[in-house]
Amino acid sequence: MSRMFTSRSRAYGLVVGIGLAMGSLWPLPVVADEGEGVYHIGRPATEADIHAWNIDISPTGEGLPPGQGTVSQGAAVYAAKCASCHGPTGTEGPMTKLVGGQGTLTTNHPVKTVGSYWPHATTLYDYIYRAMPFTAPQSLAPDDIYSVIAWILHQNGIVPENAVIDAKTLPVIRMPNQEGFVPDSRPDLPLP
Amino acid sequence: MRLPRPQSEQMMKQEDQQDSAVPPSKRKLDTSPSFSSVLNRRDVLKGAAVLLGTTAVQAIAQRLSAETGPAPEDPTKVPGGPATPYGSRSTFEQAERLVKPDRSRTPLHLLYGIVTPSALHFERHHNGVPVIDPVRHRLLIHGLVDRPMVFSLSDLMRFPAVSRLAFIECSGNSGSEWQDQGKHTVQEIHGLTSTSEWTGVPLAVLLREVGVKPEAQWMLAEGSDAAALTRSIPLASISDQALICYAQNAEALRPEQGYPLRLLLPGWEGNANIKWLRRLKLGMKPFMTREETSRYTDLMPDGTARQFTMVMEAKSIITSPSGGKRIQQPGFWEIRGLAWSGRGRVARVEVSTDGGRHWANAQLQEPILPMCHTRFRFPWEWDGQEAILQSRCIDETGYVQPTRQALLSVRGSNSYYHYNAIQSWHIRQDGNVQNVHI
Repeated sequence: MSRMFTSRSRAYGLVVGIGLAMGSLWPLPVVADEGEGVYHIGRPATEADIHAWNIDISPTGEGLPPGQGTVSQGAAVYAAKCASCHGPTGTEGPMTKLVGGQGTLTTNHPVKTVGSYWPHATTLYDYIYRAMPFTAPQSLAPDDIYSVIAWILHQNGIVPENAVIDAKTLPVIRMPNQEGFVPDSRPDLPLP
Repeated sequence: MRLPRPQSEQMMKQEDQQDSAVPPSKRKLDTSPSFSSVLNRRDVLKGAAVLLGTTAVQAIAQRLSAETGPAPEDPTKVPGGPATPYGSRSTFEQAERLVKPDRSRTPLHLLYGIVTPSALHFERHHNGVPVIDPVRHRLLIHGLVDRPMVFSLSDLMRFPAVSRLAFIECSGNSGSEWQDQGKHTVQEIHGLTSTSEWTGVPLAVLLREVGVKPEAQWMLAEGSDAAALTRSIPLASISDQALICYAQNAEALRPEQGYPLRLLLPGWEGNANIKWLRRLKLGMKPFMTREETSRYTDLMPDGTARQFTMVMEAKSIITSPSGGKRIQQPGFWEIRGLAWSGRGRVARVEVSTDGGRHWANAQLQEPILPMCHTRFRFPWEWDGQEAILQSRCIDETGYVQPTRQALLSVRGSNSYYHYNAIQSWHIRQDGNVQNVHI
């Protein structure tokens, strides 16, 4: 009974809080100062739940799995799995160009590739695993992904031909355009 | 000879209980003397069923002929079609999205008011529209939270619900206008924006339920599509209007709009409103996914790129008359359009018919809601001479929709996203309307 009562009290407080917050920015993060939720709906996530979906890779390399790859292995993976969309050398397309474009960002025809534009090498692992190949996402093994990353980075002149890419080496690769991103500064136009 | 009135009413009531699909016109027939005076109640119902069957067959035949041929000369002289379990529009109505495989555009020039029919809401997806069983779908919230939780759809529907009207606009909408105008119609140029009434759980309620840790500053949202589309959301700037939605325009979300669950971040660029939502992960820093590094960043003339440009700035579009149409004759034509702002309400819309030399206030149609399409109208007498029609939106923050020249002077022409300059429609002497840059 007493638990029921406190839950209702908390729920009431939350409703009032949301009502007051309408029309203003919501002051996040919402910090929980109690050991339980308000509505007691849903179930605790298990380790298995989290493990199954926790596929993101951070710029510091969190989430990278064991395994490794080389440029030469990557050439084979790329030719088999990627070249049909991105072109034999990564410069042709028809889909997103992956190689080249460095020095074009200030021109009238910027070419935004991994080498010319991407700020973090770790994003390659995250994206290739979650979304590539387009017809079979999440099908590549870690060694294949590390290998194809090695090949793409080498094609862009970012790593040498004998590079070995793994969970330790990938996050410390410095991308050419790493400092190229700035925060949103809008509104950026003077009143007429 | 007629039945006493009370008995007739009782009979109709009985029919309602038996079959609510019997149209009112049928009920009149059932109470006519030829039926009611000589037959008992049961026989009347039997007769009605037979008659309904015949009428339904006729109606279906008539509907088929309506699809393939003209409407009846006089629709008051033939019975209409029967009731249907899920309605469809008149076969005379043809408004459609303009479709490419990974996107479709709303026919803004063919719509009225502010709500976009669900079937015409624009689409953008990154590896197709997934088929998701709502019974098996789950939302996982984890990372920097006190209580990592899993919610089923029926769990989420138990939380206090909120409905709100909001536009969603793709950040690439109108993007062709950065370069020379290659597109002609309002649908081709500006059709990646739509408004729906969205219903779901306030994000704040769910985050409170799992207990966000104080050090959490960002939230990764991930879709359950074949792109597993992800965006990092800065918690500090999420508005209190953010919702985890399961409904759109009073129905379950459309598959193209994220069935069975999507994020709604009113006023923010479309791709951040993650569809087919399966996971929220709280973290200290942005996760730097492909969609916020190599895509959806805005390249500036100096070679830097703006990142996390979430807000869709104020914009307005004249939808009628608009590109590709022809004004048939001089005389009165109401200029109609839509205005919206990702920063709040539309305060004012101004219209010019002389290429921006003179401006006058348009009439705004209530309701004028924050982060929502707002309908504007402006009476206009076309004198048959050349004219350039423009509209500009001023939102409640005082922001004024810029000219194309002003926008390009700051951002160049290669930022690809977030084009919100004033649209110019050139009315030629022959009445044809064209997209022009002035």
